[in-house]
Amino acid sequence: MAATERTPTDNPTLAVWKFASCDGCQLSLLDCEDDLLAVAGRIDIAYFPEASSGMAEGPYDVSLVEGSITTEHDRKRIHEIRALSGVVITIGACATSGGIQALRNGADIEAFMSIVYAHPEFISTLDTSTPIADHIEVDFELRGCPIDRRQLVEVIAAHLAGRPARIPTTSVCVECKARGNPCVMVAHGTPCLGPVTQGGCKALCPAYNRGCYGCFGPMESPNTSALATQFSALGLDDDTIARTFRSYNGWSDAFRSEANRHSPHEVAVAFGSPTGDV
Amino acid sequence: MTHKNVDFHVPVLARVEGEGAMHVKVEDGVVTDVRLEIYEPPRFFEAFLRGRDYTEPVDITARICGICPVAYQMSATHAIERACGVEVDGPIRELRRLLYCGEWIESHVLHIGFLHAPDFLGYHSGIAIAADHPEMVERVLQLKKTGNNVVELLGGRPIHPVNIRLGGFYRAPSRRELASLLPGLEEAREICIDLVRWTAGFDFPDLSQDYEFISLRHPDEYPFNEGRIVSNRGLDIDASAFEQFSAEEHVAHSTALHSHRRDGGWYQVGPLARWANNHDLLPHDIQALATEVGVGPVENNPFKSIIVRSLETLFAIDEAIRIIRAYAPPNRPYVDVPAREGEGWAATEAPRGLLYHRYKIDEGGTILEAQIIPPTAQNQPSIEADLKQFVEQHLHLDLEELELRCEQTIRNYDPCISCSTHFMTLHIDES
Repeated sequence: MAATERTPTDNPTLAVWKFASCDGCQLSLLDCEDDLLAVAGRIDIAYFPEASSGMAEGPYDVSLVEGSITTEHDRKRIHEIRALSGVVITIGACATSGGIQALRNGADIEAFMSIVYAHPEFISTLDTSTPIADHIEVDFELRGCPIDRRQLVEVIAAHLAGRPARIPTTSVCVECKARGNPCVMVAHGTPCLGPVTQGGCKALCPAYNRGCYGCFGPMESPNTSALATQFSALGLDDDTIARTFRSYNGWSDAFRSEANRHSPHEVAVAFGSPTGDV
Repeated sequence: MTHKNVDFHVPVLARVEGEGAMHVKVEDGVVTDVRLEIYEPPRFFEAFLRGRDYTEPVDITARICGICPVAYQMSATHAIERACGVEVDGPIRELRRLLYCGEWIESHVLHIGFLHAPDFLGYHSGIAIAADHPEMVERVLQLKKTGNNVVELLGGRPIHPVNIRLGGFYRAPSRRELASLLPGLEEAREICIDLVRWTAGFDFPDLSQDYEFISLRHPDEYPFNEGRIVSNRGLDIDASAFEQFSAEEHVAHSTALHSHRRDGGWYQVGPLARWANNHDLLPHDIQALATEVGVGPVENNPFKSIIVRSLETLFAIDEAIRIIRAYAPPNRPYVDVPAREGEGWAATEAPRGLLYHRYKIDEGGTILEAQIIPPTAQNQPSIEADLKQFVEQHLHLDLEELELRCEQTIRNYDPCISCSTHFMTLHIDES
C-alpha cells in the first residue's frame, strides 16, 4: 500500500471513481446495508462523491474504479488516479470489459451520434469504450453487471487484511450444481451462457428459470465455440448467436471473437489495440 | 451584505448520481444566465438498441441507471407490449406494481437519508451523520434494505434484476415467499412514519414557484405503470402524444438533452408532481399525516420534496403490504408477447419522475428505432429556474452558505445524471 497521509483514525483510505457507467456498481457499496457502518469503521471513505461532499485529497490506499474509458478527458484522468492510488480495483463489467456501451466499438460513431444528438459537433467522445486495464495497471478486477455486493465486501476485506481475495473464477455451471438448479439448457432447451461465464452471482438466472446472459464475463479458458455449436443445435441462427455473446461483456476477448465468428459486424477493429494506449 | 457580483466554483457536485457542472452569472445583483452543464460521457443506448431483438431492451435499458433499473425495465416492457398489442392484467400486473414499490422505497430512502438529509443537517454524508446519530442511520439503512429485499425477491437482485421479461416474469413467487416480506415491511412502516416526522422538522429555505407539474394519473390508483399523462394546468394526453407535447433540445453545454414544452415553457416531473396530481388517490391516513406535518395537496417548495419522498415511501410500503396480502400466484408467470410490426409508447413513474420510452419494431421483432426521455432531462429547465430564483433572493448569504444552498437546490430533484447522461461544477461568474 502507498504511503498515505493518515487521517486521525489512522484507517486506510478508500476512493471511489466513476467513468462511463450506470452508477450501479458503486451503489452496491451503499447496498451493503448490514456491513456498511462496519466497513465505514475500518476504512476512511476519503473520496466518494456519489455519497459524500467531503472530498479528501489523495493519495489513497485503495481506489475502486467503476466505468469504461470513452472520452479523451477520461483517458488522461485514469492515469492520474493510478498515480494517486496504492491499489486499483476495477468494479463491474464496464471497467473490466468496456460494458454495454462497447457495442459502439466497430460501429460508425458518427452515425451513432446523429441518432442520439441533433448537434454531434457539441459531443466529444472516443470511437471506442475500453476497459480500465487497457490504459493502466489494475491490481484486481471484480466482475459483474452489476458486481455482487458480498464479493465487494470480500475484496475490500482481503485487501485490508493483505490476503488474496476468495473470488472463484470457475463457471456459473459450478454454482448451478451447488445450488441444485436443473440445467435450463438440458432440461428446457434454453440457451445459456453459464458454461463459459464466470460465477459470482450464485447462478441467479437459472434459479429464475432463464439462461445466463453473461453478466460476469468469460470464465478462465472458456470453450465458447463448443457452446456456440450447442446453440446452433438448439436452433439459434448466426446473428442470434453473435448477439448473445455481444452484450454486457461483449468486448472481452473471448466473447468478442466468438461473436465475430458468427457475424462479422465488428471485425474491422476487433483485434487491434482499440485506443493504442496501454 | 448583499453581493452584486459573485464567483464560486464547485468542481464535483456530490451526492447526485453522475457528474455535472453549473454556470450562474450574476451582474449587478441580477442573475443573467444559468446553465446546468452535463458532461457525463454519452453511451448511445438509443443507437445500439437498433438491430437488437425486441426482447432485449428490458435488460439492456436497465443499464442506463443502477439507481432506478426497475423504472427502465417497466417503461421498456410496457412500450414494447403496446407495440405488440398485448395488455397484462391480474396478478402479473400487481407483481409489477410491487416491484416498483420496492424500487421507490430503496431509491427514495437512499436519497432522503444519504444524499439529501446531510444538506439539512450540515454533514458531508449519511455515513458522517451516523457518527452522531447512529440509531437514525441504522433505521434508514433498515428501511432502504426493506425496499431492496422486495426487488431482490421479485427480481433476483436489487440492481439490474434478472427476473423481468416481456409479458411478466420468468418465475412468479409463491404466496409464502412473498409473505416472508411482510414482517420487514410492517416494521418499515413504523420507521417510515418517524422518517416523515424527522424530515418535516428540518429547516426549509424559502423558495416557491408556480410549477407546471406533469405526471401519470390513473383513475383509481397512485400511479406507477399506467395512466394518462396529465398536468395541474389541464394537460391530459396518452403516452403516444408525449413527443408532440414535449421536445428535446440539444444545447452546447450538455450531453443530456433538455426537454421543454413544444409550445414554450418548462415543467417539473417527480414526487412533487405526482403528489399534486394524485393527492386525492392517497389513503386517508397518509393524507392526514401529510396535513399534520404541514404538507398540503400541492407543495410548491422544492426543498420540501424530502418530506413528500418520505410520504411516498410510506405509500409504497402500504401498497406493497396490500399487494402481498391479496396475492394469488398467476397460472403462468408471463403472457406471450409475439412480435409484430408496430410502434409502442409508455411512460412510467421512476422515483425521480416520468420516464418515457418509444420503440418501433419490424415483423420479426428487430428494433428499428428507440427513443428514451428520462426524468432528469425533463427537470433540467426547472432546476435552472429554481437556481436562478434562489440565487437572486439569497445574494445576502455568505458565499460558502450560498454555494451549499445552490447544491441543495439541485439535489431537491434527486437528479440522476447517469440517466440524463455527468460532472457538476457550480460556477458563478463575476462579470
